[in-house]
Amino acid sequence: MNALLSLPILLPLLGAALSILAGRSRPLQRAIGLTTLTAVAVLAVILLVEVDRNGPASTAAGGWPAPLGIALVADRFSAIMLVVAALMLLAVLVYAIGQPGAERNHVGFGSVYLILAAGVAAAFLTGDLFTLFVAIEMMLTASYVLLTLGGRLDQVRSGMTYVVISLLASVLFVTLLAVVYASTGTVNLAHLSQRIPDLPDGLRSALAVLMLVVFGIKAAIFPLFFWLPDSYPTAPSPVTAIFAGLLTKVGVYAIIRTQTLLFPASARPATLLLVLAAATMLVGVLGAIAQGDVKRVLSFQIVSHIGYMIMGLGLFSVAGLAAAVLYTVHHIVSKTALFLTGGLIEHAGGSSRMSRLGGMVRTAPVIAVLFLVPALSLVGVPPFSGFVAKFALVDAAAARSAYAVMAVSLVVSLLTLYSLMKVWIAVFWSPAREPVAEARLSQPGEPLGGPLLMVAPTAVLAAMALAIGLAAGPIYGLCQRAAQDLLHPSAYVTEVLG
Amino acid sequence: MTVLLAATAAALFGIGTYLVLQRKLSRIIIGIALLGHGANVLMVTSGDRGRAPLIGNGPTEGLADPLPQALALTAIVISFGVTALLLALAYRSWLLTSDDEVQDDVEDRDVALHGAPDDDLDGTEGDADRERDDDGDAA
Repeated sequence: MNALLSLPILLPLLGAALSILAGRSRPLQRAIGLTTLTAVAVLAVILLVEVDRNGPASTAAGGWPAPLGIALVADRFSAIMLVVAALMLLAVLVYAIGQPGAERNHVGFGSVYLILAAGVAAAFLTGDLFTLFVAIEMMLTASYVLLTLGGRLDQVRSGMTYVVISLLASVLFVTLLAVVYASTGTVNLAHLSQRIPDLPDGLRSALAVLMLVVFGIKAAIFPLFFWLPDSYPTAPSPVTAIFAGLLTKVGVYAIIRTQTLLFPASARPATLLLVLAAATMLVGVLGAIAQGDVKRVLSFQIVSHIGYMIMGLGLFSVAGLAAAVLYTVHHIVSKTALFLTGGLIEHAGGSSRMSRLGGMVRTAPVIAVLFLVPALSLVGVPPFSGFVAKFALVDAAAARSAYAVMAVSLVVSLLTLYSLMKVWIAVFWSPAREPVAEARLSQPGEPLGGPLLMVAPTAVLAAMALAIGLAAGPIYGLCQRAAQDLLHPSAYVTEVLG
Repeated sequence: MTVLLAATAAALFGIGTYLVLQRKLSRIIIGIALLGHGANVLMVTSGDRGRAPLIGNGPTEGLADPLPQALALTAIVISFGVTALLLALAYRSWLLTSDDEVQDDVEDRDVALHGAPDDDLDGTEGDADRERDDDGDAA
């Protein structure tokens, strides 16, 4: 069983190598990508079932026992994230194959995409702060290439900002590792959780805040989010979709993991997290309202919704963390679906600018439905996944008497509805405009509004948003068990250190 | 020795921060590299000093801690690769704009000035469009 743990990382890396060797044949590259990611998804589901039944599993890669070697650990939280991530990677790859355009035909796309997958899987499975650094670097380096694969001026401009900000975060990460190692003599997470409580208060707070800054840049929480809405919209839509779904969530995962596992209950920065959460939600949604481009609206909303996950963490109760986990799952699915729909809008309308679009409810009704379902889910309308996640979150906040942040979260939901309805009215309900003829990519013979391979994965993700809402009971139960593990990490620590 | 290394790290961080705040891409890249070196020096400093470890079969007392050195080596390799990518990007940016400055986000400026975005910008192609307009006016 434990040998399975390294496969979600090794398989995509192997696939990436094969994909480079098969560089002359696009169909072969695509087959390699699809096979690898399907295998990872199946492995992830097996892992989740196994971990949910028997508790955390761990393995020491390379044969050096923890805390010296590289520990790979799966508990319920990381297994849940891995399953969702693998499904998103698979759906977006199918979409990218279906999308016409030069970039997904680039010889490097297939292999770089698989390296991104390996980095994401490694970040979720690692039990070691330094391996987390390597995993995040692997994922980010792949993302730099994917973002700038077209080599257009706007991509190079925004790519530059993105790379420089990410590199600064990496430098801070190395600094953090140096400080952690100098003060505790270990970088293994389970080992750290035993040693950090003995540190003096000041040093411990410094470590907690440094970690929050390092992962806060990756997660785009206020006030470290400026790079995100600038860089994401310039990438091709499948790339933006996978960035939106997974990259910031790796940051959120790292924040939740480190803040719950490493620090004793008395030293957790609960109030700070709640204030940051409220500011993130509010600033993100206000930014979204001001934008005039569909992809930019969606990008600002990512920032806003990261706030909800941080809010769940800041409550530091089982209900709050369960809601944060559920919210993360819901957001990955809904947001990826929305960005894929954004790509379909661009495909059928020739632009992602709201002032150039209109009347698509008649010209492309399927796209309208595919937009409305994840949009309503994001707002939190029953019976979609967002309703369950937001209800759990608000309920947890009320139980902790955190009424201020609860009020902010409700107001932000309303503003999210406003910003999405602005998009809905401009793109779908307003009178039709003459499409920009040369930019319009869809053919008259496409009743769905786009190629089947683009529409089908988007529809599957929209259906998942509905399914999470309908199967809320069992899924919330799983999230609750994951939250129990997070707040009482003794099983995790014994599994790693033996 | 530790004080000297700490001072080196501090100097590298200081100069790196100054360079990263410049508008020229080449300076930003050098700044990032210096910051990375500062962090690596800090990393090496975080372990115990001593004789070279993992060589021969001598006594284990007084050996240097090899782990931070291994970690710093990994970090150096990663930053080497990423710096190469960054240089390629900067070169591409220079080819496209014949300028070494960081470009502005035109759409962001537009939203800030007018509230609602103009029609004359077409999404992602906005920057290129506007620049072409400017050239036309000048001619």
